[in-house]
Amino acid sequence: MGVITDNLDLWGEALGGTIVLFLGGGLIALVLGLVVGAARVSPVPIARAVGGVYVNWIRNTPLTLVMFFFAFCLPILLGERVNSLLLTVVALGIYTATYVAEALRAGINTVPVGQAEAARAIGLNFGQVMRYVVLPQATRSVVPPMMSVLIALLKNTTVAAGFSVLNLGSIRSWLSERGENALVVLLWVMVIFVVMVLLLGWVQRVLENRWRIAR
Amino acid sequence: MSSVLFDVPGPRAVVRNRLIGVLTILVVLAVLGWVVWRLFATGQFSAAKWNIFTYSAVWVRFGEGLLSTLAAFAVAGVGSIVLGFVLGIGRLSDHAWVREPVRWIIEVLRAVPVLVLMMLLYYGLPVIGVKMPPYFAVVIALIVYNGSVLAEVLRAGIESLPRGQREAGYAIGLRKSGVMRLILIPQAVRAMMPVIIAQLVVALKDTALGFIITYQELLFVINLIGNQPTYNSPLIPAAIVGGSMYVAVCLVLSYIAYRLQRRAKRSPKQAAVAHNAAADDESTMTEVIALQSRAGKHDGSNSGAQGL
Repeated sequence: MGVITDNLDLWGEALGGTIVLFLGGGLIALVLGLVVGAARVSPVPIARAVGGVYVNWIRNTPLTLVMFFFAFCLPILLGERVNSLLLTVVALGIYTATYVAEALRAGINTVPVGQAEAARAIGLNFGQVMRYVVLPQATRSVVPPMMSVLIALLKNTTVAAGFSVLNLGSIRSWLSERGENALVVLLWVMVIFVVMVLLLGWVQRVLENRWRIAR
Repeated sequence: MSSVLFDVPGPRAVVRNRLIGVLTILVVLAVLGWVVWRLFATGQFSAAKWNIFTYSAVWVRFGEGLLSTLAAFAVAGVGSIVLGFVLGIGRLSDHAWVREPVRWIIEVLRAVPVLVLMMLLYYGLPVIGVKMPPYFAVVIALIVYNGSVLAEVLRAGIESLPRGQREAGYAIGLRKSGVMRLILIPQAVRAMMPVIIAQLVVALKDTALGFIITYQELLFVINLIGNQPTYNSPLIPAAIVGGSMYVAVCLVLSYIAYRLQRRAKRSPKQAAVAHNAAADDESTMTEVIALQSRAGKHDGSNSGAQGL
């Protein structure tokens, strides 16, 4: 316990770093993922193609490499120094957005075509079809996979440790400088992650049960 | 083309769709144009930056890096499949004293980030006198993580099989091991093949984490070559070259998963279990389980591991 109580300041900062990465990356991922997901299911072939290339390209690139590009290559392109926290947040967001987009697309595809056709047949317009028929059903099947994406994002925040951002993944090297036992520190980090992931998993189950579709 | 979201477009919709198409092209061109402009402006296309690639020793180094990545992936892939089977079968055991501990092991291992596992092996264990080269830290961490994920995949696959399969096995006099080995696992593995390969792609991508714990794989080589001041520090050219290698290898594996899934979808026996959105997610399990439990309620257009 001493490892934590003696270094509360650093643990606080590290946890804060992880949460900033998680929330910032999550926000970018949700917004960008929504746009890309919409492009992937749109009636415009070019938008579908662009979305497809983006999703398949980024998803077949290791997150470490994406972050490497953002943390090391982007500052060269911009010709100026950029805050590495900002760069890693953007990298996380861009990487996770592909998973968000796929979860959305898969969710919309679970709604049977007949549902929308029936809705159109009774004279609803596009907005009404979406609001009353498609989205309520799609949301329910999107929530569980979306939570899985967020859990993966939370675990992925540790990758920022390789790019000099203080978070739970990099706290080991900071505490080693203070002479703390690396094994104990890392075991505590594991415990914190297990707790956070179980918490998100619990939220996932609650939402899943609340919004289960009776089809 | 008709889908859930839109009908066959009429004249006004056609015009609107074309407008959106043009707009998309403009946005993409703007982004690409900006990148190319910055590449030019910072002199990334100058001969001096690419000079280093005229040396065969550099290409040999890239080859070694790629080999290290593949070496870690090969062992980790095989190991995680083996561990996945062991844990998956343990998770389905009839004995609570086997089932419950295995369940907790899987839960915990899945919740810990792979990088933290690697650090635990590489930086943590030396404290109690266990030292290992980074290669083993990378491989063991990947086996442990992906093995526990695959265990859940296998379990979901077996539980999604019709009850009659198991009962018929017992009826013809097979024992538990026989039912598992001859009836349940072959079917579950075939149904879950796309998910298993998608998970192997994740393992392949995660070998790049070795970079952070100083394993000399492809990303390490990119960084090494890219920071040679005598050759103008060609970081961006090196990242372009090495990055293409990563993407190419992963795309090949993803494409195999995609093809397998297409094949599974065509065969009617597998259709009920084969397609699920879970295949394309890193943390596939909850989804697999969620979707398996209401299997057969999705239309065929739902896709899993999207290859190319």
